[in-house]
Order: sequence, then C-alpha cells, then structure tokens
Amino acid sequence: MIEIIDLHKSFNGNPVLRGVDLQIHKGEAHVIIGRSGCGKSVLLKHIIGLLRPDKGDVVVDGIALSRLKRRDMYRVRKKIGMLFQNSALFDSMTVEDNIALGVREHRMFPDAEVRRRVAELLEMVGLPGIQRMFPSELSGGMRKRVALARALMMEPEYVLYDEPTTGLDPIMADSINELMIRINEAMGVTSVVVTHDMASAYKVGDKMSMLEEGKVIFTGTPEEIQASDNPIIQQFIRGSQSPDLSESVLQKAR
Amino acid sequence: MAIQMLLAPIRLFGRHVLDFIEKSGGMFMLLVQILLESKSIIRDRRLVLEQMELIGVRSLPLVLITSLFTGAVSSWQAAYQFEGFVSMSVLGGATSLAIFIELGPVLTALVLAGRVGASIAAELGTMKVTEQIDALESLAISPVRYLAMPRYWASITMLPILTIFSEFIALMGAFIVANQLLGVSTAMFFDSVQQFFRLRNVFGGLAKALAFGGTIAIVGCYVGFRTYGGAEGVGRSTIEAFVLSAALILVNDYILATIIF
Repeated sequence: MIEIIDLHKSFNGNPVLRGVDLQIHKGEAHVIIGRSGCGKSVLLKHIIGLLRPDKGDVVVDGIALSRLKRRDMYRVRKKIGMLFQNSALFDSMTVEDNIALGVREHRMFPDAEVRRRVAELLEMVGLPGIQRMFPSELSGGMRKRVALARALMMEPEYVLYDEPTTGLDPIMADSINELMIRINEAMGVTSVVVTHDMASAYKVGDKMSMLEEGKVIFTGTPEEIQASDNPIIQQFIRGSQSPDLSESVLQKAR
Repeated sequence: MAIQMLLAPIRLFGRHVLDFIEKSGGMFMLLVQILLESKSIIRDRRLVLEQMELIGVRSLPLVLITSLFTGAVSSWQAAYQFEGFVSMSVLGGATSLAIFIELGPVLTALVLAGRVGASIAAELGTMKVTEQIDALESLAISPVRYLAMPRYWASITMLPILTIFSEFIALMGAFIVANQLLGVSTAMFFDSVQQFFRLRNVFGGLAKALAFGGTIAIVGCYVGFRTYGGAEGVGRSTIEAFVLSAALILVNDYILATIIF
C-alpha cells in the first residue's frame, strides 16, 4: 500500500503540492487526473523517491521514504517500476540492453534467463524480435511499449505511469490502455496512472483522484467522479471552459 | 537611487562569489561521491574501459596534430627570441623543457577540455533533460556510479598517457623545424635535449596531467548533472563545461607549478 501524507513541495518558492493526502491500495489501478502543471508528475516522482518533500511523507508498504538512506531507497525502488512521460529510453543502448539494464546491474538472473525474459516481455507488449534495434529507430508508441517492458523487467509490485498516452494517436493510445489493463490482470501489480486523458482514465482506472491547486479534491470510482456535482471536476471531465462558472464558485469548490 | 547604483556592482560581485562557492562545493561533493562509488571499479571495469577508449583512443589524432604544430611553433619562436643572444645549441633543451613542464600537459588538457569535457556535459545534460538520469535512478542504479565514476577514472588515467604521446610528437615537431628550417643538426638538438633532461620535470608534468584529467571529468559530470531547460540548456552546459574546465586547468596549473617545481 502507498500512503501519501500531507505532502508539500515548492520549486523556487512556488508551491506545487500543498498538502496531498492519498491512499493507494494493493491491486488497485488508481488514476490521478488534473490539469497540466497541477503537480501530477511531481507527485509521481515523490512516490518513487526521485524528489524529496518539503513537508509530509510517502509511505510504501510501511516504509517512510523521506528519511531513507540511499541504499534503503534503492531497495524500495526495486519494488516500483516507472514509465516516464517521454519514455526516457537510453539512446546509446539497444532495446534489449534498455530492458535488461536493471536486472543485469543488480545481477538478478543469469544472462540466458535475462534474454529469455526480455523476449517474453517484448512479446507481451506486442513488439517481438526488436531486441537489436535502437530507440532512435522506434516510433513514439513503440518507445512507450519498450519503456513499459523495462519498467516490468524487475517484477515490480507497483507500476507508475506518467502520462502514458500523451502524444500518441487515439488508436495507439487505446492499445496502451489495453496493455495496462492486461498487465494489471496478468501480473497482479498495483498501478498509479497520472493522466489528463479522460478516455484513458475511465478505461484503466478502478479508482480516480483529482488534483487541483496542489491538493486532492476528490477520490472515488469512475462512476462517482462522473456523478460528482463539484464544478471543477465537471469542468475538467467534460473538457470545456464553462462560461457560467465564476471565479468565486470555483474558489468555493476548491 | 544613487545608493542603488553603487550597490549594483557589489551585488553582482556577491552573486558571482556565491555562485563560485556553490559550484566548488558541488564539485567537491561529486568527487567525494565518485571516490565512495569507486569500490565497485573492478565490477564496473567494462564501463571504465569503454570510457578509456572514448576519452583516450579517440582523442589521440587531435592531440597528436595539435602537439606536432605546438612543438614546431615553440621551436620557431624560441629560435626567434634566441637570435643574437643565445646559442642555437641550446634550442633542443629549451623547447623540450617547455614541452615537458608546460606545453605537453596544459595543451593536451585544453584539447581534452574541448573535446571530452564538453561532450561529457552534453551527453549527461541530454540524459538529464530527457529524464534518462531519473530512469536510471528508478531502476535503483546510482548515476554517479554508472556515469560519473567510469568517466572520472578513464579521464584521470588517459590524460597522462595522452600527454606522453603529445610530448613525444611535440618534440619531433620542434626537431623537424630546428633541423630542416633553422639548420640545427640532429646531434646538436638531441645533445641539448639530453643535457637539459630531468626525470623530475617529466613526472612533474605528468602529475599535472593527472590533476587536469580529474578536473575535466568532474567539471563535465557536475555541469551535465545540473543541466535544465531542454536543448538550450544542453548547449549552455556544453559551453559552461569547456569554459569552467579550461579556467580551472590554468588556475590549477599555476598552483601545481608552484608546488612541484
């Protein structure tokens, strides 16, 4: 279980997270929605310990991350896989080396087993036989799939997705959504998906939270969020700037 | 208003001093981290050897060309200054001394600062802005161990080796000019080199090269890791790495010269 407790984070004096409280239960596919720049990716980077909070904490399976030493932090990170927004594949390495880097560095499996597992994961993400290709030879969708295979290689208990469908055409985006659902079912992982793509959010999420002005203003099922009468949520999920919502109404809703 | 105008240069100076202190502290902390991560150097020897090839072997042609002409020009300039005052019989000794003590280590280091230091900053900077450094961290791999440590040890070992090549070729350049254009015989040139030769000078020069190698790698990695702001940021880091390492090489050169010689 991941618990986020009163998380605060500022950059150069600009507050981004202003007291986020959230619980992500085992086996859940939890989608965090919110406008661009509202701190979703910053929140995700706190969950994997890439950023340290100014105040508050993230607790993963009972371990508070904010005061962990680096070695202990790495132990926690081995339980978490992350798909970065722009895939963040290592340009100088082949697809196989990208996927296998983590397990090779941590000497988790013998090399023959590593190669077998890379082939298996590439098959799973729908890209069999591309081990020898370089990231520069792949399309955006293929890169996301390879990055997903890399995130899954260390057999994580949690997978964090940072805008998994951003920049993809609707068909490719949908195939990534299907892939995320399949991975949740097949591997039994807990997923945290950060997105502003509502079609993706409804499809993959069994729980949703909305981040607004650095705070979680709603947590519930996709049905509950659709039924919410909060004007900010309705404005966001409809994707329209309602002219009838005055600033005072929005302020009250926050 | 007048006070504000008077304070402005002081404020600017203060900002630069603070920036210098911050950078010095950051680079020192990176060096400490690299030394702590160096316990895995045997395990990571493949990464170190890869970097040794990139930093050393691939820089060799540029270093050799630069050295050949540096030697040649130093011989020509020395002869110009000696004319009418000093005998040409000491030309070999004088140029070789300059090459072993100063020109070999410093020019090799400056060439590598441009070729290697800037490329380390550009490579790590690109990795930083495209989240590849974060991706390494997410795989529980230390970027200092995986990226900075191999570059540091490769640079620190390859710079003295390149300097030896550079000094030999520079001496040949000086000899060719002295022999072919200035009429100094082979025997006269090399007798003079032998007469002035002190092993201490060669080792002193190589000790400087060792320090310069460390400086280039630390500056490149430090600037690369701190890169922000996309392609523009990478460009900024590349320039900063070269300027900072070139300046530090010259400052270190002065400090080490006063200690060693």
